[in-house]
Amino acid sequence: MRRSRWFTLYIPVILFLVFLLFPFYWMVLTSIKPNNELVSTTANPFWVRHPTFSHILYLLRETSYPRWFWNTMAVAAGATVVSVVASYLAAFAIARLRFRGSEGLSLGIYLAYLVPPAILFIPLADILLKLRMFDRLWSLVLVYTTFLIPFCTWLLIGYLKNIPVELEEAARIDGASRLQVMTQIILPLSVPGIISATIFAFTLSWNEYLYALVFMSSPENKTVPVGLTTELIRGDLYQWGPLMAGALLGTLPVVAIYFFFVEYYVSGLAGALKE
Amino acid sequence: MRAGSLFRGFSERLDRSRWLGPLLTSPALLLLAIFLAYPLFLGVWLGFTNAKIGWPGRWIGLENYRLLFSDPVFRITAFNTVLYTGVTVVFKLTLGLTLALLLNQRFPGYRLARSLMLLPWIVPTVLSAIAWWWILDPQFSFINWSLERLGLIDQGINFLGDEWLARASLIVANIWRGIPFFAIGFLAGLQAIPKELLEAARVDGASPWQTFWHVTWPLLLPLTTILTTFSTIWTFTDFQLVWVITRGGPANATHLFVTLAYQRAIPGGALGEGAAIAAFTLPLLLLLSWAALRALRRQL
Repeated sequence: MRRSRWFTLYIPVILFLVFLLFPFYWMVLTSIKPNNELVSTTANPFWVRHPTFSHILYLLRETSYPRWFWNTMAVAAGATVVSVVASYLAAFAIARLRFRGSEGLSLGIYLAYLVPPAILFIPLADILLKLRMFDRLWSLVLVYTTFLIPFCTWLLIGYLKNIPVELEEAARIDGASRLQVMTQIILPLSVPGIISATIFAFTLSWNEYLYALVFMSSPENKTVPVGLTTELIRGDLYQWGPLMAGALLGTLPVVAIYFFFVEYYVSGLAGALKE
Repeated sequence: MRAGSLFRGFSERLDRSRWLGPLLTSPALLLLAIFLAYPLFLGVWLGFTNAKIGWPGRWIGLENYRLLFSDPVFRITAFNTVLYTGVTVVFKLTLGLTLALLLNQRFPGYRLARSLMLLPWIVPTVLSAIAWWWILDPQFSFINWSLERLGLIDQGINFLGDEWLARASLIVANIWRGIPFFAIGFLAGLQAIPKELLEAARVDGASPWQTFWHVTWPLLLPLTTILTTFSTIWTFTDFQLVWVITRGGPANATHLFVTLAYQRAIPGGALGEGAAIAAFTLPLLLLLSWAALRALRRQL
């Protein structure tokens, strides 16, 4: 019995985890490995003999990395705030109010989530050029709402539908207006759903690549993923140390948020799939 | 006096669902109309024009499509996209379900294992793609180092230099990134299955295998449709992994629809042609959206 559990459970789990986590180990290892060990063909590549912070320092001092980091942070924060607020209002209306077209709206929101950035980036580039919004960070905030609003609204509709109607009715009888119900009764009860929506929105914007790659052109307006893949890779000369250090630092914020809110991720994702 | 009654009239209307509903949904709808619905139609339109960056272009009918069908790079791209999506979705589904079944059990550290396994899906794809790119480096790959030490090869394998090896590498990287999504989705599905059902099957003498096929799997089926639909859409329109690891190379052999559309439209400036390439993802998207909608209706 004990023995079979090793073969049917522990060993497969360990194999999965090694496969899934190895690239992160490689990221950490490379970012603290000195250059002579990186290009050595004899040294054991799985370990580091003389760890160094030189790649990280190079990245922070000699490149625009800190700038890209703050750009990413600002865009992600802005897009998250705009999307969560707009989504909460829309979700409240769709889940709690009866009005013409509300059925069609919730269907439209679901379908909007299925529209991938891949078929929008070319016409959006055309539109942003015409509106003189090219190469401006705030235009990313607006563009990111196209995938954040459908996702967050969908997630929040599912959440709001589970809040009992009786609470709302009681407040209405006591003379509260619908807006008061929304802000004073429903809002406090939907905090966990809003947290889920917020962390998902932040993570999704932090990870976005295609729009930022297409719409941002000057080096000081780039985000972390775009800066790393366009400014640190020049011709055939790959600076693997700084690249991996940059990738590592760029994953830290989302990893930190993830481990802090792990339950919200899981319940948020489960809710979004179920409703 | 007038202003006061005007305000009262306004706040009374605000309290009616048929006024308040459209008002509250309008910020979201406005943003989606400008930046999602309008570009969606503009994109289809651009595919029928010869627009360039900074030049509006003219209607040229199906000319872009005619040229694409006779373009060998485009044909390889179509082949790659279907291969990449088909192979990876099958592996992601089966491996993700396997992982979910493993992690659905209690064992020391199961919570940690559950949170760790989601990491490839949480971190920015581009950043993990850079790590894959470095792992696949022809000169310094640890895979080559290990194989050489084991005496299996004399010369390093150039993973990204050969078209089939490059395709296989991209497929592995995509599977790596996609397993957690299926696993977490299936894990949620497994936990929603009432314990009594599994218990009843066991009491009736069903083996674990029979329980899985006759109880668990049928219950997971609607969820499987939804997960597969989402994953297929994301994989079919993937850009990041391929663009970072191979840039469509070697010699344009690993392009997907979206990387080719990007290359022709943005660095190449041919918006019309790029839009036409991107439009090739639309038929499958429509089909899958319809399937997703049906799956959703059935579940509600």
